[in-house]
Amino acid sequence: MKLWKTIICIALALALSLSLVACGGESSKVTLNVLNWGDYIDPELLRQFEDETGISVKYTTMTSNEEMLVKLASKDNIYDVCFPSDYLIEKLVADDLLYAINKENIPNLKNIDPRFMDLSFDPGNTYSVPYMWGTVGILYNTTMVSDPVDSWNILWDEKYAGQILMYDSMRDTIGITLKKLGMDINTRSEADVLAAQEALIAQKPLVRAYLTDDIKMELINGSAAMGVVYSGDAVYCISENPDLAYAVPQEGSNVWFDNIIIPKSSQHTAEAEQFINFLCDAQVAAQNSDYIGFSTPNAEALKLMDPSYAEDPTYNPPQDVLDRCQIFQDLGDFVKVFSDAWTKVKAA
Amino acid sequence: MVNRLKKFFSGTYLGLMLVFLYAPILILIVYSFNQSKTLGNWTGFTFDWYVQLFRTPEITDALVVTLSVAAISSIVATVLGTLAAIGLHAMKRRDRLLLENISQLPMVNPDLVTGISLMLLFLFVGLRDGYTRLLIAHITFNLPYVIFSVLPKLRQSSDMLYEAALDLGCTPMQAIQKVVIPDIMPGIVSGLIMAFTLSLDDFVISFFAGNGVDNLSMYIYATARRGVNPALSTIIFVPVVTLLLIVNLKSIREERNAELQSKKVGLKR
Amino acid sequence: MKQTKSIKEKLAKGMRIRRSVFAYPYVLWMAVFILAPMLLILYYAFTNDGGITVENIVQAASWDNLKVLIDSVRFALYTTILCLLLGYPVAYLLSQMKKTSAALLSVFFIVPMWMNFLLRTYAWKVLLSAFTKILYTESAVLLGMVYNFLPFMILPIYTTLIKLDKSYIEAAADLGANPAKTFLKVVFPLSMPGIISGVTMVFIPSTTTFAISQLLGGGKTMLYGDLIYMKFITEQSWSTGSALSIILLAFVLISMTFMKKAERTTSDEGGGRLW
Repeated sequence: MKLWKTIICIALALALSLSLVACGGESSKVTLNVLNWGDYIDPELLRQFEDETGISVKYTTMTSNEEMLVKLASKDNIYDVCFPSDYLIEKLVADDLLYAINKENIPNLKNIDPRFMDLSFDPGNTYSVPYMWGTVGILYNTTMVSDPVDSWNILWDEKYAGQILMYDSMRDTIGITLKKLGMDINTRSEADVLAAQEALIAQKPLVRAYLTDDIKMELINGSAAMGVVYSGDAVYCISENPDLAYAVPQEGSNVWFDNIIIPKSSQHTAEAEQFINFLCDAQVAAQNSDYIGFSTPNAEALKLMDPSYAEDPTYNPPQDVLDRCQIFQDLGDFVKVFSDAWTKVKAA
Repeated sequence: MVNRLKKFFSGTYLGLMLVFLYAPILILIVYSFNQSKTLGNWTGFTFDWYVQLFRTPEITDALVVTLSVAAISSIVATVLGTLAAIGLHAMKRRDRLLLENISQLPMVNPDLVTGISLMLLFLFVGLRDGYTRLLIAHITFNLPYVIFSVLPKLRQSSDMLYEAALDLGCTPMQAIQKVVIPDIMPGIVSGLIMAFTLSLDDFVISFFAGNGVDNLSMYIYATARRGVNPALSTIIFVPVVTLLLIVNLKSIREERNAELQSKKVGLKR
Repeated sequence: MKQTKSIKEKLAKGMRIRRSVFAYPYVLWMAVFILAPMLLILYYAFTNDGGITVENIVQAASWDNLKVLIDSVRFALYTTILCLLLGYPVAYLLSQMKKTSAALLSVFFIVPMWMNFLLRTYAWKVLLSAFTKILYTESAVLLGMVYNFLPFMILPIYTTLIKLDKSYIEAAADLGANPAKTFLKVVFPLSMPGIISGVTMVFIPSTTTFAISQLLGGGKTMLYGDLIYMKFITEQSWSTGSALSIILLAFVLISMTFMKKAERTTSDEGGGRLW
């Protein structure tokens, strides 16, 4: 009996102290909770926004779109601004998790290049504003690769056995393999995915490693001849090692967009819109893109940036490259077919 | 002669193991003064990383969160876990085995599963404060490490000590405090150190169980996409090692003094 | 006389039971923060659209997935054995040193782990690619795992060894046992509780790590941690992910039960031979 009393007392004390902590620390200043990819904004701009508006920004980071989805889908979501990619927006819209942005509050939206507005994942930009964009391609070392790099097939060339780096991401790697085989990057055919799986298993003995961020390190150091990278990372790598060059193969590739959204559950939508408008300001977007190294969809910002950016085909690819690239769509339940194939490739 | 040889081999072995453990650390310290963002690509000497470190409030915030969560969670887990181990040890075998098995759960479960299940629980309970959530999560995954480093010490020590203390008129609390705890101190300390270590490194559980509060590991893991700041690694490490070295030298000197003292006393006798 | 003794015995017994009270705060914590979340995982593993089912478990127990589990266990086993072989001598040598310097030196064996995990692993990449050819092989993964788990083997063994009663060792020597025999028959069995703790703290977590194999193994193998991440996060299929973790749980609990049985027999044996 006495034991139970002790337990109940402790439980009550625990609950009380927890609730006290949970309730404490309210202040009058509005705080925007921002969830973004790591190092994907110039921190000076956050300070500038705080100084200009008196709104404080609490900035946290995540490592994948799907992790963000887990957070946003949770009923106790606290985030006010997030930066998901294209296919995730489709899913977030379908699940009714996004707030319809009031465009009158974002006059700077006019700065965005019309080419990047009204895209398939969010017609009319009801819920999202483009933030950064780029392509997926091959970054290669010109001193180690003599053949022309214009096809994904070079990643299957036995001449480069042990010098090829693949991207350790299911969607990207199966995606480019589908492109190599002349198939749709968003295919819903199990036969297509199986064909990609076979091709990747056949390629595995030639692959040095499946990596993500470390591909940059390997290519800059010259430890590998070629690897699959995002265009923004390629810009950085080429600046570190001028022997490197970037190509988007003829078969086509993936073009991706990271976008700014406001979750439906946000309590500070007006302040969130203020933040989005701030990020769309030409000067701000230019500084941000210069810091991150990824391509800005902000046409006015590009004009303010060093002309070398606009002339760089890696940073600002010509229209014919974009024409042969596809945007990822949400796969829905078909993602299981992709992930089964990926498991088989990795376990082979 | 044999003794000296023994000493030489044991010294060499310990030295080699320390080299193994510290080699990567030295590499990081060297590269924290490198201009390039890429490890392994030396382009020139700079202090930029350290300047940037203290200019970015996200990093200093994360550092404060990391250290305070690690300190509080490891201390709470040590207190709770030590008492738990003492209690478990005195239980009947069947109860003890059941509770020991359950205690292993946070170790067995992949971090992701622990993180997501705690996230669901916090949602259910309605606990929204990110820092509190982080603390609870860290205490929870630290607990088994404390328990499993204290239990073997208890198995080694004799129950008779505790009984004797009671016979001599101690209350159970006094007996624990004055007899049992000093006896198992090394286990408690190593539990505390392990808990602190694990807490510093966690990012998966922290991401899901936490709510809008980043710790250093989460920050580093997320920024790895764009290249991490190598200075981050040295800022915890260098002060700690300096402190340890000072403490170490001091206590060795004290030990030597004590030895001399006792020798003198011996001579007088 | 008899009466007082039995009262005393009763009192002592009462105190013994009272000692388990110290575990109650933890039991409460465990119930709320370990068991309750676990029930949620069980719920996801055994339900489908509200109905109770074993379908998730059956699906998760496919041959492809079991192969991944076997691979992970193999790596975890190698890691545990290597940590024991490398760590035991360290713990033993430390325990033979003067108390204060040993205590501080033992801390030096864990402090490297206070550098961030990711950065430590990156540093190994730099070292391995500069001085060896093993980067992106299984050896590199093993090296990384041993490196990260070694302190968790050294510390518990060290703490049991320093408590070891030196008189046993002297007694064994007096009775004519050579140092090797003394070690095998006396020291090693008596340090068993520490070994069991160390093995627990290395083997169990190492079955589910995946970041090391991704970074140092070049992502060429899939480990169980990867698989669970893929089901939970990439597929957002919490039922399959939960089912996979239940399978792992069952496996680990069964193997730990076997180990505890082994512990009981060896420690009984050790004790039996001592006296």
